[in-house]
Formats: sequence, C-alpha cells, structure tokens
Amino acid sequence: MNRRGGGASDRPEPALEARAVRRRYGAVRALDGVDLTVGAGEAVALVGESGSGKTTLLRCFNRMVEPDEGAVFVRGAPVDAGPAVELRRTLGYVPQEGGLMPHWSVLRNAALAPTLRAEADADARARSALDAVGLPADEYGARWPNQLSGGQRQRVAIARALAGESDIVLLDEPFGALDAITRADLQDLFASLRAERGFAVLLVTHDLHEAFLLADRVAVMRAGVIERTAPPSRLRAEPGTPYVAELLRRARVAP
Amino acid sequence: MRRRVPAALLTAAAALPGLAPADLAARVAAAPTPGHAAGPAASAQQVDSALRVVVASKPFGESYLLMEIFAQALEARGMAVDRRPGLGATEIAFRALREDDIDVYPEYTGTGLVAILGEEPAADPGAVFARVEAAFRDRWGVRWLPPLGFQNTYAVAVRRETADRHGLRTLSDLARASPELRAGFSPDFIGRSDGLEGLRPAYGFAFREIRPLLQAVKYRALAEGAVDVIDGYSTDGQVARYDLVVLRDDRAFFPAYEAAPLIGRRLAETRPDAVAALTALAGRLDEETMRRLNRRVEVDGEDLAAVAADALGGLDRGTDGPAGIGGDTGEQAAAGRDAADGRADVEARGAGRRVRAGLLAYLWARRDTLARQTGRHLLLVLVSLLAAIAVAVPLGLGLERLRRGAEGVIRGVGLLQTIPSIALLAFMIPLLGIGVVPALVALFLYALYPIARNTYTGVRDASPEAVSAGRALGMTPGQLLTRIRLPLAAPVIMAGVRTAAVISVGTATLAAFIGAGGLGDPIVAGLALSDTRMILSGAIPAAVLAFLVDLALGGVERAVRPRGVAGPVA
Repeated sequence: MNRRGGGASDRPEPALEARAVRRRYGAVRALDGVDLTVGAGEAVALVGESGSGKTTLLRCFNRMVEPDEGAVFVRGAPVDAGPAVELRRTLGYVPQEGGLMPHWSVLRNAALAPTLRAEADADARARSALDAVGLPADEYGARWPNQLSGGQRQRVAIARALAGESDIVLLDEPFGALDAITRADLQDLFASLRAERGFAVLLVTHDLHEAFLLADRVAVMRAGVIERTAPPSRLRAEPGTPYVAELLRRARVAP
Repeated sequence: MRRRVPAALLTAAAALPGLAPADLAARVAAAPTPGHAAGPAASAQQVDSALRVVVASKPFGESYLLMEIFAQALEARGMAVDRRPGLGATEIAFRALREDDIDVYPEYTGTGLVAILGEEPAADPGAVFARVEAAFRDRWGVRWLPPLGFQNTYAVAVRRETADRHGLRTLSDLARASPELRAGFSPDFIGRSDGLEGLRPAYGFAFREIRPLLQAVKYRALAEGAVDVIDGYSTDGQVARYDLVVLRDDRAFFPAYEAAPLIGRRLAETRPDAVAALTALAGRLDEETMRRLNRRVEVDGEDLAAVAADALGGLDRGTDGPAGIGGDTGEQAAAGRDAADGRADVEARGAGRRVRAGLLAYLWARRDTLARQTGRHLLLVLVSLLAAIAVAVPLGLGLERLRRGAEGVIRGVGLLQTIPSIALLAFMIPLLGIGVVPALVALFLYALYPIARNTYTGVRDASPEAVSAGRALGMTPGQLLTRIRLPLAAPVIMAGVRTAAVISVGTATLAAFIGAGGLGDPIVAGLALSDTRMILSGAIPAAVLAFLVDLALGGVERAVRPRGVAGPVA
C-alpha cells in the first residue's frame, strides 16, 4: 500500500477512518460512538462547540489519544498496527499556536519531520516548504521563533507539516489565535497549497466560515457524536437538525 | 574498618597543597607567636600519623586555651601533635574521642555526668570525678585524667547597674527580681537539668522573657541592654571586660564542673608518655589563674600559644618556644610552602601585636593561611556540589517520568534540609569520623534538594506546547527529553545548582565544627576567642566567595540558556 503521496488507484483507501469510536474521561463521554471517513485527498472539517469532542477525535488518528472502544484506520491500516512514533512521522500536524521548538531556528523547526525520518534531503525539503509558505529560507531560516510574528510562526508550523510531504495533514484549530486579517491570509495560503498538492485534510475548527472555506465536507459534532456530515453548500441549504440550524444561525452563516 | 576510609582520605588529602589537616593547627598555634612552627611542621609528617597525638577542643575560648596547653605540654616532651580546635559541641567532640578520631580534649566532670551519662547533677567534686572516671572507663574505655585544679561551673551574671538597682548579690535575690528582667541564655543552658531547667524550680525564677543566645553574642547583648541576665562560666574572662556582677549560688545548686583531660582508648592504651605528660598538669591551674588567662585570650586578644606557654610556667620560652621542640624535625622536612607560611605567619604575628591594627593589614598578613582556607572551602563546595549534581539531576529526570509520587519524593529530599547541620554532623561521626569526608557528605545532602527540585519542575514545565507538538510529529520520549526538555530546562536546572552552590558556601563554614577546615575555622575560632578580626577574616572571604560563585554560575546559567529563548522570567 502506498503510504505517502496520495492514493492514485481506482479504489483508493480512505485516508482516515473511525468506526464506532468511544472515549471517556471519567464520567465525561468525549467520544460516544463516532464514525468518520476522510477520503484520499479529501478535506473534512470538524466543527462544534467547545467540549464537543472534535479535538479528541482528531487525536485518535495520530494516537495522541487511544480510544476505549471502536477502530481507527489510517490509509486503511489500523493505527495500532505499528509503533505510534512511526505512524506520527507519516502525518502532517499543525497545532494551535504553532508548537514550534523555541530553541530551534526556523529552518530546523521546518525540517523536523524529514529529520526524524532520517532523510538525507531534510534541509532542502524544509527550504522548499518555507518558500511555499512565503518565508524564504535565506531570509527567515536562521531566525528564532520569538523573532517572528504570530502569523509567521503559524506559517512555519504549516511549512513543518508540508516538509514531511505527507498525504495527510491534521490541523487542530490552526488559525484560531490569529487576528482576522492574518487568519484570512493563512486560510488563502492553505487553500492554495492544498489545491496544489492534494493532500487529505482533517481540520478541527470552531470557525464555521473557515470550515466552509477550506473543507469539502463539514462534520458537526455535538456531545461526542457527529450530528451531521455534509458538503458546505448542502449543509447551508439543509441543516438537517434543529441543533445544526441553530448553530449556523448563531455563527451567522447565511442559508 | 569504618575509620579506615576517612583516615586514608585525610592522608591522601594531606598530600595535596592546601589540604593538610594541619592548616587548623597552623592558624591557631601559629597565629602570632613563637610557638607556631609546629603548624607547618605537622603537615610535613603525615606519614607518621600513627605517632601523632590529636589534641582537640570544643568551640569556646577556654577549651581552645586548654587544648593549646595540652598540646604544648606534649610537644615539650618531644611528642608530635595535631591540633583540632573548635569541634562542634560536646556531642561532636565526645563522639570523635570515642571513635579515636581525636586522642584528647578538655572536658568538665559535670558535663560528663549530666550531658554524656545523662545522670543527675551532683555538687561534690570528688564524688562526681569518681563516678565519671569509673563510668567512662567501663563503657567506652575513655579515661578521665586527674583534674587540672579549677572548676568552670555555670554562673549567672548581670550588669553592675542592674545589680545595684535591684540589690542583687545572690541567685535568691535574682529570683525575687526576675519578673522584671529579661534573660538571654545559651540554648545548651536552657534545656539542661543542671542549667535553667533545674535552676528554675530550685530558686523559683520567673523571668519576663527568656531568649536563647549563643555564647558569642551573649555578652554583647547584655552590655547593650538587649537582655538583663545571662549565663556564663565561673572562669570566664569576659566577666571583667563588661564589668559584670556574678551572682552567688547561695543554695549550692550548680554542680561540680572540674576541668580535666579526657583521653581516648587508643591514647590510654598505647601512649604512656602522653598520659604522663597530661597527668603532670593535675592541679596546676586554679580558678584565679584561669580567669586571668581567659581574659588575656578573650578580652585582650593575646595570642593563644603565648598565653598557653605562660600558663605552663615557661615565660622564658618565649624566644624559642615550646612548639619549637616539636617543630625541629618538621622544620627540616618542611616543604617550600611551609617555609613561606612561616614567613607569612611571622608577619601576622607582627600585625597581631599592634592591638588594633587595621583589618586589611591583618588579612594581608594572614594571606597564605586564608588562601589555603579559601582553597579548602572551595574544594568542599565543589566536590559536594558535583556529587549532588550527579545524583539530583538524574533523580529529578526520573521523577518527571514517574510523576506520580514525585512530589512526595522531592519533599522527602527537602526534609533533609530541615535537619540542623550540627545534628547531621554529629550523627555521621560513628559512620565517617570527623574531618573532610563527613563534611562533604553533609554538604552533598544539603545540595540535593534545590537541584532535584529545579530539575523536576524545569523539565516538567519546559514549553508544553513544543513537547506536545514534538510528540505528535513522532519524536520518541528520549528525543523529547534530550532535544526539547533538557535544553529548555537547562537554565532552570542551573539556577538550582547556583542556589545550592551559594548555600553550600555558607553551610561549609560549619565544616569547621568537625575539623574539616575551610573558612569556618577563623569564624569558629574568632567567635570562641571574641576576636572580631579573626571572625571577619573568615566571614569576608566566605561572602566574597559566595558572591563570585553566584556570579560565575550566573554566567553558566546564561551560557546554557538556549538561543531563541528569552531571559529569566522572574
């Protein structure tokens, strides 16, 4: 099975798949029987209120969270088929607030994924990823994260995910902490990078506009279950449930 | 067996410059007189340590003086002597004697009866001596030689003005006036059944306030009016200095405290020559003489060795000095360092003679001794600190991995901090003897907590976002530790090391109480002899050392701070 570079066969395996996944934290049911599929090259946004379980679900795919019940697959293989570390090295990941190593240069940060995989051209990949996010390595590579703006740091985080050249990128509230204009710039940048490279995306966001802008399908989570999944236009037209309708109304997303 | 290790280490240590245990002797004996050549000479003869008699004292003036008298009496008969002045307190000195780490020190029969045997105080000197003599020999093989001829029992003193105002002449008078008076007593005195604990019911004292005060500050506190009543000793030279009135013990409460040489089993069994020399001192010193001698040492600041030489009746020895006898062979064997020390000490002697010569001149005159003491001090701090780092950093890292129970373990290590250092040092004598080794162990134990605590919290709190991102991108726990957590925690860990080091520089002054040397020597000796210049000659270099250590480790802390990470938050 092709683990990187996207599925080009006639019946590609889904990039990510969760089946009847449950996860409790004490008395709280963070995930209460969730099914979700992200097709190869597809972008799915997980939206919902705080505590609805969207970040927990995302973290099941890179085994930062282990489900109590259910099955989780990446590229058609169960996530626990091999070591967690190996799995994580094949997944792009962009956390909120970047999560850059404060004591590493921008270039070293961007080169993390290929470096962990001991790839000889790690530096070249990091440089090209930095170029792609608009931070040319010659100018920015030697800087420290604390010398960058918040938006620039988040660009480095995206470059770090791209440099791994993974066919799947997980994003956990990636633009949530940025001001509106910077956020819009980064959303545009991300949309064009995805159009160019065609990787599959699982995006966790509380911003419905962002979800509608970046995703092929939007999954609305509520209290540990997925209430409804649909492409943006269809979701807008037919919210399907009173909760989703109410959510759209509150987020001022026009029908 | 258990004594072998420290003894071997001491011998090894003596081979290194600046480490000779005889440094102590060099200072005390040396300080300014003819008798001093014995100091450097002593260090040159470590190989013959089996033949040397180790003479010690407790940390107060009279004990120093009696030690010096013992030492010179032995040297006058051609014996080689090592001096170990100022051992912590009764507990430490007596344990050291029991373990044969020292051979003789001056002790008081009443202290033996009450503080060591734990029996009721008694007033009849003959009966007390007979009791301790028999009990110590049977239990420990430790021998009391015949008393020196004077009693140094507790005394209670007030300012003359207080005595006049309240009409105080006896302790019964004092009991009457006690509700109006504030007392400052040694912690020792407060708790002992032959001290305040017994005195209070015997006379009915009810002081307005009782403050624990150390011997060294008590007289000053009384003179300055901070307290009205203090305890003292009947032969105390300080009484005259501050024009105090000693109140008569009209109910004969205070027990017999005859001074006598207390000797260890090894000396008693193998050195009849030394026993004979010390026995010959029996009855030679009366209370009048001791008050006069103590006053010369503690009030007039005269040199210990000179006063001791006078006490031995050899005023004419002033020119070649009794210590010279023991020093002859040593002088020949002495290395260049010793010769240089000799010159420095001669200069120091000169400075000592000018009664109030400037502090700087005094420090300059003692520069070689001070350099050695500083070197020893630094060595104590560095060795214990390196050992503490080697243990506490892995401990902190391990605890961070465990998390559960980590706080408990670290608090347990923190409890070590609450053990009083003197108690810790006393506990270790049976295991490690006295000298450098137990001092290193104590300093090591005290340094563990700040380093372990900072390692644990530093690693635990190192940029959680970066650690989480690293984990999610496939870094192994080992990579997270060595590439993210440790580099980010390094400045915090270094801050812990820095704290431990600065505290260590201070704590290491206490090493003097168990004969480990360092800058505590002049502090302890100066406190005992009421010699401010001597105290400062230890305290100032210690402060400078603490400052420099802090500065240097602050530099290291900045150096290990990863680039790209902002400076100290606090």
